[in-house]
Amino acid sequence: MGLLALEPPGRGSFLLAGFLNSVMIAVGATVVGLCLGVCGAWCKLYGGPVARDLAGVYTTIVRAVPELVLILILYFAGADLLNKALAAFGYPPTDIPGVAAGIFVLGVVQGAYSTEVLRGAILAIPQGQIEAARAYGMSPSLIMRRITLPAMLPFAIPGLANLWLIATKDTALLAIVGVNELTQVTRTAAGATKAYFTFFMAAGAIYLALTLFSGAIIGRIERWARRGMPSVAGAGR
Amino acid sequence: MSEALMDVKPKRAATNWLKPHRIVLIAIGLAIVLASIFLMRWDWLPQYMPLAIQGIWRTIWLLVVTSVLGISLAIPLGLAQAAGPAWLAAPAKAFCTIIRGTPLLLQLWLLYYGLGSLFPQFPWIRDSFLWPYLRQAWPYGVLSLTLSYAGYEGEVMRGAFAGVPKGQLEAARAFGMSRFTIFRRIWLKQALHRALPTLAGETVLQLKATPLVATITMVDIYAVASRVRQDLFVTYEPLLLLAAVYMAITGVIVFLFRKLEARIPTRIG
Repeated sequence: MGLLALEPPGRGSFLLAGFLNSVMIAVGATVVGLCLGVCGAWCKLYGGPVARDLAGVYTTIVRAVPELVLILILYFAGADLLNKALAAFGYPPTDIPGVAAGIFVLGVVQGAYSTEVLRGAILAIPQGQIEAARAYGMSPSLIMRRITLPAMLPFAIPGLANLWLIATKDTALLAIVGVNELTQVTRTAAGATKAYFTFFMAAGAIYLALTLFSGAIIGRIERWARRGMPSVAGAGR
Repeated sequence: MSEALMDVKPKRAATNWLKPHRIVLIAIGLAIVLASIFLMRWDWLPQYMPLAIQGIWRTIWLLVVTSVLGISLAIPLGLAQAAGPAWLAAPAKAFCTIIRGTPLLLQLWLLYYGLGSLFPQFPWIRDSFLWPYLRQAWPYGVLSLTLSYAGYEGEVMRGAFAGVPKGQLEAARAFGMSRFTIFRRIWLKQALHRALPTLAGETVLQLKATPLVATITMVDIYAVASRVRQDLFVTYEPLLLLAAVYMAITGVIVFLFRKLEARIPTRIG
C-alpha cells in the first residue's frame, strides 16, 4: 500500500495527475462531441440532401471502425495536417500536447454517437409543440431556444449520460498512443515497481468511483430535466 | 392487392435512393478509393497477405468464441438479477457494475500483467497441466473479453427477462409445465428475442473491442497492421485497410443478425 502514497516514494501523485488528465480529456471530448453532434443532427434533420448524406457517411464510418483504429488514424493524420499547415504558413513543426490530441480524437468519435442521440431526441418531440410555436410567430432561433432544446433534453439525457460514461472509459485507449492519462500512468508505475496487481486494482477503483459518482450526478440532472413531466414508472408511453 | 404493392416497393425504393446528388457523391467516393489505390503504397500487400488472412481469422475466432461464452455467462447473470434471491442478485449486480464501470483495456492488463505476475509465485500452478496455456497470452484475452461481454449482456438480459409478460409464464404454469420447461420453452426464448436487436449492437461493440488484445501480444488483424507499419514505415495504408476490414466484418454481423431476427415471427403479447 505504501506504493500508492502521495509522497515521492509512493506513486499516488502520478496516478492523481493521470486521473486529472483523464477527466480533462473526457470533459473536453464530450463538449467537442456535443458541438459536432448538434451540427450532425441539424444536418441529418434539416440539412440539404448532400449535408444529410455526408452526416450519414460520418456516423456510419465512425461507428463501424474500432475506436483504437480511429484514434491511430486521427492522431497521425491530425498531427501531419497540422504540421503541414504550419509549414505552409512558415512556422516550424510542433508537438501537439497529448491532452489536446486526445480531446480532438475522442471528440470526433463522440460526435458520431451524439449525432444519433440528439437526432432521436429531436424526433421524439411531439410535432404539435413545434407547430404551435411556429403558429405563435416565433422565429426559428427562438423555437430552438424555447421549445426544441428544453423539450428534447429529457429524451437526450439518458443517451448523453451513456456517452459520458463511454468517454471516461475510452480515455484509457489513448494509452496506446502514449498520452499520459490514468491507464498509461498506471502501466508505467506498475512496470517500474513490478506491483502490477496493486496498481491496476487501484486504477480500476478510481475509474469505478468516477463512474458511480457520475451516475449519482446524472440521476439528479435527469430528474431536473424531467421536471413537470409525468413519471416514467407506470406511464405507458 | 398486397402482393402488387410488394412488387412495386423495391423498385421505387431503388429510384428514391439513387438521386442525382447521391450518384455524384458515390462517384466522388469511388474516385477517392481509386486515388488511394493508385497513389498510395500497396506493394507490401502480397507479402503480408497470408499473415493478414490469419489475423482476420483470429479476430473472427476471438469474436465468436468470446460472444458465445459471454452470452452463456450473461443468461444466468441476468436471471439472477431479474428473478433470483438477494444473495444471488447482489453479487451479479456488483459484477455487472464493476465490469461496466472500468475500461476494458485496464481489465485486460490487470488480468494479463497482474495475474501473469502472480501465477509464477505458486509452485502448484507451475506444475499443473494448465501452465503451458497460462504462459501464453490468448487465455487472458479470451477471459477478459468474455467477462466484459458477460457484464454488459448480463444487464441487457436482466431487462429482457423482466420484460417478458407475466401472463405468458402464468399460462405456461397453467399448462402444467415444470419450472425448467417454462424457462427453456417460454422465458428464455422470449427474452432472447427481445434482446436480439440490442445484442446485434453489442456484438459490433465486441468486434470493436477485439483489437485491444494486440496490446498483450496476440496477433490479430490489428497486430498485423501494426507490424506492417513498424516494418515498412508506411503510416496510413495499413490503417485504412484495417478500417475497411472492420467495416466489412461489421456489415456481416449486422446482416447475420437481421437474418436471425427475420426468422422469428414478431408478435409478442
